[in-house]
Parts: sequence; structure tokens; C-alpha cells
Amino acid sequence: MKNAVIQVENLTKRFGDFTAVDNISFEVEKGEIFGFLGANGAGKTTAMRMLCGLSNPTSGGGTVAGFDISQQSEEVKKHIGYMSQKFALYEDLKVWENMRLYAGIYGVPRKKISEIIDKMLVSLDFESEKNTLVKELPLGWKQKLAFSVSIIHRPEIVFLDEPTGGVDPASRRQFWELIYKAASDGITVFVTTHYMDEAEYCNRVSIMVDGRIDALDTPTNLKRQFEAVSMDEVFTKLARGAKRGDN
Amino acid sequence: MIVVHNISKQYRKVQALSEISFSVGKGEIFGLIGPDGAGKTTLFRILTTLILADSGTATLNGWDIVQDYCRIRENVGYMPGRFSLYQTMTVEENLDFFATLFRTTIAENYDLIKDIYSQIEPFKDRMAGKLSGGMKQKLALSCALIHRPLVLFLDEPTTGIDPVSRKELWAMLQKLKSEGITIVVSTPYMDEAMMCDRIAMIQKGSIMTIDTPQGIIDKIPQKIFAVKADNMSCLLADLRKFESTETCHTFGEFHHITFRYDNEKLCDELKFYLQKLGYNGVKIKEIEPTIEDCFINLTDSRI
Repeated sequence: MKNAVIQVENLTKRFGDFTAVDNISFEVEKGEIFGFLGANGAGKTTAMRMLCGLSNPTSGGGTVAGFDISQQSEEVKKHIGYMSQKFALYEDLKVWENMRLYAGIYGVPRKKISEIIDKMLVSLDFESEKNTLVKELPLGWKQKLAFSVSIIHRPEIVFLDEPTGGVDPASRRQFWELIYKAASDGITVFVTTHYMDEAEYCNRVSIMVDGRIDALDTPTNLKRQFEAVSMDEVFTKLARGAKRGDN
Repeated sequence: MIVVHNISKQYRKVQALSEISFSVGKGEIFGLIGPDGAGKTTLFRILTTLILADSGTATLNGWDIVQDYCRIRENVGYMPGRFSLYQTMTVEENLDFFATLFRTTIAENYDLIKDIYSQIEPFKDRMAGKLSGGMKQKLALSCALIHRPLVLFLDEPTTGIDPVSRKELWAMLQKLKSEGITIVVSTPYMDEAMMCDRIAMIQKGSIMTIDTPQGIIDKIPQKIFAVKADNMSCLLADLRKFESTETCHTFGEFHHITFRYDNEKLCDELKFYLQKLGYNGVKIKEIEPTIEDCFINLTDSRI
């Protein structure tokens, strides 16, 4: 791969005698939308935490944005955005206050912050909600805001952990249009989802089963390979073979 | 089993529900489908007697939601959207606690929850707060069922659950239905909406339509076409610029498009338009609408 922004080789994480991530290897290209799929408990979040420099591999390793994930985890954190599935925004802060806070945390130069916030409010069509408390926003809006905040510092890669969980079909589509836009601006998108129509929106998709990557290709090729009509069928065929339970 | 008549609820300035009416038969799986903020959770909370409506009435099994709230609470199971079991109690302690509250035991109704609880039973000594998302949902459902309720209210039970576990959960719901349990469920997954006997599409506190899923699909007026080409993200923008386009949205492998008017030549014109823009591998075909098309069409005015 000419322009790999994520390179992972034999990445492994064990907790005691439990192998959460089992010797996975893959690369992700700059500007790619990479879908990281798997059943609950397959090891996705553990793998993602290692890529974000939040957890050290037991063996193997890799680079993200050119930095070693175990040796240079602080550098990795500066060059990525991360939107977690559970917590992304402060509910008791206003929309603009969340933007201000994250811009500061991600190290956006102080002089540029207010300009960036104004631009972001316009592009999200959120100007009227600038002073709204985040807890009063509908879920779909929160998630769009959380995504925009996670790329406020123009990172090379953004990691999205189930960003559309529980979001209605219309809002999910608006969310994906933001993802497309970020990708067309050159930001690499690494995303997990349980919606199989969203798997189709990815350039390439990997499917984890029991800590291993059992399939990795474009949606079209995966459907051909597994003789399936949809990504849902591909996923079901692979995940039904899982040995370990959801824990 | 459930009769709802003109229920309204307002929170300060927001009209959460306006004059909602519908009824649900015994043993029916009734789906509440609508965008975030449509009022689904408010309706759940009113019907489970946790909050009072401003106006309107409703009965469950003939019991009034205000006068007979005690009887209702004894006979409904409610699984809220947010995980609300005791995080610092184990799996088994949580289940046992709910069984005790309803003056029953795990053993008495074990057969009802066996399919789902047996999957988390190996972890029965684990703290509920330490479970994964899928296991939490299974425990919450077990707790909501342990007293063999007449009606089960499920507020987005499958959010955060992988596709295989979702299918298992729905197989479980079908089984509960066959035991005569009435189920009211909300979901953001349109494939699950298809598995309900009837669904109500809710938006901004009002019911837009109530019908069987197929009935709602049959009512969709426009023809829907699926379009595909080699560059899907640019294609979306260009399809929206096409002068006869009414709506255009992503739908997995294809984009779905509707036109402002019906004309046999439109497909050819669109193909020509896209080829002129330099797209390769253009495919356009008319398709049967899905329930997701209906949802998007109903809510599209909002976008």
C-alpha cells in the first residue's frame, strides 16, 4: 500500500489467559473509509484502544499516522480523533462550549478557535443551537456534533466507535454524509457499526470473529467471496462460526 | 389489550405528544417507529404509569393508567432504552431482586426466560456493570420478563447489539408472542420494523400512519429507483443536482432516488446525464420500496 496511515502487524492483546485480539494484521490507506466490523465481544474495542494509544499490545504492534502505537502513544493521540460509543460530549455544557473545550484539548491554536467554531456552526446548520445545552439535543444531532468535534483539529485519522448506535435512519444518513465529506477532505475514517447498510458505505471492511480478522475486502468482493446477496448475510455467515460468547 | 385515546404531553415549551390514539391487540407485536425526539420514550413512560399525561386516557387490559396504576405495574415489563439495572449487583442478584419485587422466584418462570438467560448464566456472578452491551440487554430483558407480564414494553432493545444477536432477540420476541404476551417495541432498525405485526410511524409527537409494515409500503406513492456507479459519494451529490430529482438518499450498495413526476424516459435521461458527467458502470433499476424508504419519505420534510 503506497500511502498507509495505519499499519498493523501481528497485533495481540491478552487479558490473563483470554486472548481478546489474536494476531491481527492489516493496513489502511489515507483517505479511506475503513469499516471495522464484528459481533459484540469479538475484540473490536480492544483493538481500537490499542490503535489509539490507550492500551499497550501484549505482542505485535503497528504504526498510526507514522507513529509507533506502543513507543509513541502520546504522538499517536495528537494525530487522531476519537469518538467513543458511550461518551463524547459534556451534556451540561452548551454546544459552543463543547467545541471550545475540545479545540483546547486537541491543541488547536488559541487564535484560530473562534473562527473554527463559527465555521463549524455554519456547516452543521447549528447556528441557532449555539447556546443550547447538549443534553437538550436529539441523539442524531448530538452524534453529528460529536463527530465534528472529534475532527476539530483536522487529524489524519478519526476513530469512530459505533457512532450511529440508536440513531434513526434519516439522521444516520446525514451522519454518513459528514463522514463522506471528511474522507473527501483527506481524513481517514476508521469506523465500527452494527448497521450492515453502513458497511456498504465503506471502501473496505474487515470482520472480526473471536479476536481474529476472518475477512477483509471491499463490500463487493466480500459478497462474492461468501456467495451472499448482502453484507448482513456475509456477517451472519462469519459470526455464526464464532466459538466464544459475547463477553 | 391496550387502548390509547387522545394522549397529550407537554414539557415546558416542547409538545412531546399531541392527541395520540391507537389500540394494540392481545399477543400483538406493535412497533413505534420515528426519529429521535419523536415522543416514543414519553409514550412508554406514560403507558407504564411512570409519568402522567396532560390529557387523554389509556387502559391496559381494561385497567386505567391513572386509577389502576398498581395493577398495571404488577402486570407490565418495561425495558428502558438506558441500562437501568443495578451495576454493583451481580447478574443473578439483579434477576433475583426483580423476581422478589414481583413476589415470584427465578425458578417459577425460568422456562419463559431460559432461551435468553441461559446465554448469560455462565456469568451470573459477574457485576452487571461489567457486562458487555449485548449481555446487559439480555439481562435487562430477563429482568423485565421474570414476573411473566401481560405486556412487555421495550424501548430500543437492540441498540448497540450486533446483527446476529438482534436476530436471536427477535426470535425470542416471536416466541413470547406465541405465549400470548403483548409487545410494544421501538427500534431504529427498519428490518425489525418489518417483523412487527403493525407499526405506528411517529413524528413530532403525532402518529403519521398506523398499519401493517406491508400496508405502509403499499401506500408509498412514488416509484423508487436504485442507482449505482463507480464513485458513490460524488454520485449522491450529482443525483441531487439532476433537475427531476425529488429525493435521493444512500441505501447501502445503491442510492435510492425518487422523481418529481412520473415519466418513462426519466431513467434514460438520468443515465445520459451521469454518463456525460463521466461516471462508469452506471446501473439504474426500479425497485420495490422498503420500510426504510417510507420512513425517510415521512421524515424527509425535516431535513
